[in-house]
Amino acid sequence: MINPGGRLAGAVCALCARRPMSEVPDMGHPAPGLVAAMSGTALDPKTAPAFPIAAQAAMQDTQLRKNVRHATEVIRTKRARVVGEMPDWQELREAGKQIRQHTMEHLDFYLEQFEANCTKAGGVVHWAADADEARRIVIGLVKASGSDEVIKIKSMTTEEIQLNAGLKAAGIHAYETDLAELIIQLGQDRPSHIVVPALHKNRQQIREIFRREMNLPELGERPQDLADAARRFLREKFLRVKTGVSGANFLIAETGGVCIVESEGNGRMCLTLPETLITVAGIDKVLPRFEDLEVMLQLLPRSATGERMNPYNSIWNGVHAGDGPKTFHVVLMDNARTSVLADEEGRQTLNCIRCAACLNACPVYRQTGGHAYGSVYAGPIGAILTPQLQQMHHAQSLPYASSLCGACYEVCPVKINIPEVLIHLRSKVVEQKGMFDVEAAAMRAAAVVFRSERRFRAAQRLARAAESPLVGKDGWIGWLPGMLGGWTKVRDLKEIPKESFREWWEKRGRSE
Amino acid sequence: MVGEEGEVGVSARGEILRRIRNANGGASDETAAVAGWNGIARAYKRVGLRGRDETLHLLEDRLRDYDATVSRCSEGEVAAVVARRLLERGKRRIVVPVGLKPEWLPAGFEFVTDEGLSAKELDGVDGVLTGSTVAIAETGSVVLQDVAGQGRRAVTLVPDYHLCVVRVADVVETVPEAFERLRATEGLATTFFSGPSATADIEMTRIKGVHGPRFLDVVLVD
Repeated sequence: MINPGGRLAGAVCALCARRPMSEVPDMGHPAPGLVAAMSGTALDPKTAPAFPIAAQAAMQDTQLRKNVRHATEVIRTKRARVVGEMPDWQELREAGKQIRQHTMEHLDFYLEQFEANCTKAGGVVHWAADADEARRIVIGLVKASGSDEVIKIKSMTTEEIQLNAGLKAAGIHAYETDLAELIIQLGQDRPSHIVVPALHKNRQQIREIFRREMNLPELGERPQDLADAARRFLREKFLRVKTGVSGANFLIAETGGVCIVESEGNGRMCLTLPETLITVAGIDKVLPRFEDLEVMLQLLPRSATGERMNPYNSIWNGVHAGDGPKTFHVVLMDNARTSVLADEEGRQTLNCIRCAACLNACPVYRQTGGHAYGSVYAGPIGAILTPQLQQMHHAQSLPYASSLCGACYEVCPVKINIPEVLIHLRSKVVEQKGMFDVEAAAMRAAAVVFRSERRFRAAQRLARAAESPLVGKDGWIGWLPGMLGGWTKVRDLKEIPKESFREWWEKRGRSE
Repeated sequence: MVGEEGEVGVSARGEILRRIRNANGGASDETAAVAGWNGIARAYKRVGLRGRDETLHLLEDRLRDYDATVSRCSEGEVAAVVARRLLERGKRRIVVPVGLKPEWLPAGFEFVTDEGLSAKELDGVDGVLTGSTVAIAETGSVVLQDVAGQGRRAVTLVPDYHLCVVRVADVVETVPEAFERLRATEGLATTFFSGPSATADIEMTRIKGVHGPRFLDVVLVD
């Protein structure tokens, strides 16, 4: 059982425990090398350890848990305040949901419309079936721009395709310019949150990274000092580097426009100052019309950072003569999104606008942080998006990384029913395991028992007899043998009552 | 596609569209898309309910909440207010976009008209003075477009200080009202700004000023 109050600080396993960790014999420390293997390298669902294993490692890091708890609590409080002041919030959510659902139903039309209008406005549209192809296209475009370095806007899509590693292998240096992404890049770390990727680091840790990597031994630890250091470090790059790479928040089919929302102005720098701009966007990022932004730009900032509006929104269409880049490319990337679309129940996942409100609301994420999910998409949305983007070949443990409490659904600005999709994906994982899986066999046996009253009563009698040597004086079972021990490792089990309701009722009938 | 086989991008395009159509049980077209779009329920608030003065006060509150200063004046007083703000901030050399009203510019300062200044040159001025297209009271946002008096996007980005003139007639209460006004010019490069550049990336503490202008003053003109 998850404790939604989050009061399992420090000593107790957040995922299921009743007892302090110290009393739990074999949860111990993570396998040697696991923690090391998990830092520095990219988050890749193909190689990441299963969630319960990675989560155990994360739970040992009390500093990380403190940082994650503090940050998520601040965002949740801010979000609740600015959402609370909107009397039409539910109507906005409904409109947001319907716009996204409608877009997916007509996705082929809107993508072609976007392509035509972006091209008309002077942009060049490329299509990439998968991550490899997207990387190849971007590398080719950067080389064609004549640059061996790029400035980058924070983009989870480029994280998803591990673009920076691809660029590096091709001899191109990428400078991350979002403050959090800069912290991640300089610290050779990995993003742990969709909106605030360095949320797991506190100011002292950030200062150490900046002191070392920017060669600033005297740097202070006030957030203002750290932001000023980033400003000085990056300004020269903004003014010098000729090629920019971005993701996109929204593509607008009707105008061929692209919209990016951000806070620091690094996005505007990358969109405006370079000569060449390359935008990588999932095909799910399209919106039908310009005015649909009136809904999304109310839902997104309030859900994501708890602001009424984020400091900067940029909307541009292709190439604007005399203003901004002279060459503009958009790479429209599938990378398994069409297979998500083909799943009747799973396709609502594509409605996501990446606000991360579900991460901040999730009692599991708030305990483990993002890295345990083994994907750039962490939290509840990651738990449904990642396995589907892996076409259920990897990350099968993620649909179980949830208590199904529904907090994610409640805060989702486009009403994605994440618990429903989680259950759907769990059933897919079970189907994959097939007939011979132990759990599946146990479930089949249970079904046989539950189908007949006679068998059910016999099973109850049998269980009562079988458990008796295990029941303690207090009526609790603290240890079960074999595979059943998985349950009692972290919880106690109440003994089966001496008499069932049916038995009591029948006896009562007889005595009257 | 005949004649285009072998081109990676082209085959990806065809394949992606084919997969979408399979997933959706067929191809969509304009008629179906328009009908579907018109059916979207939009029961949210489109038009504000506040009176004019209340809306203007809300905008002022929101902007001050973002650490911007706001002064209200008549059209004839703009140059005097601009002079006062620049003096207070200690700014002398200010870039202005082509087409900014010359009567807004006070004497005693150096105004550099942007006729394609490089980013480095923009980095060397003390600030920028522009007009605006529309302002949204509910969110404290000001919208700029690449038109006379507002200029290229880089001009309001690289300098560290932005002094922005907002006409009272351009203030709306809600985000949908702003989009209603922007529809006619939706093809232009458009920037919304809500306060000075900021970040909350370090422990979710809002820090004013990272890469965009760190200081913002707004002049609200009747």
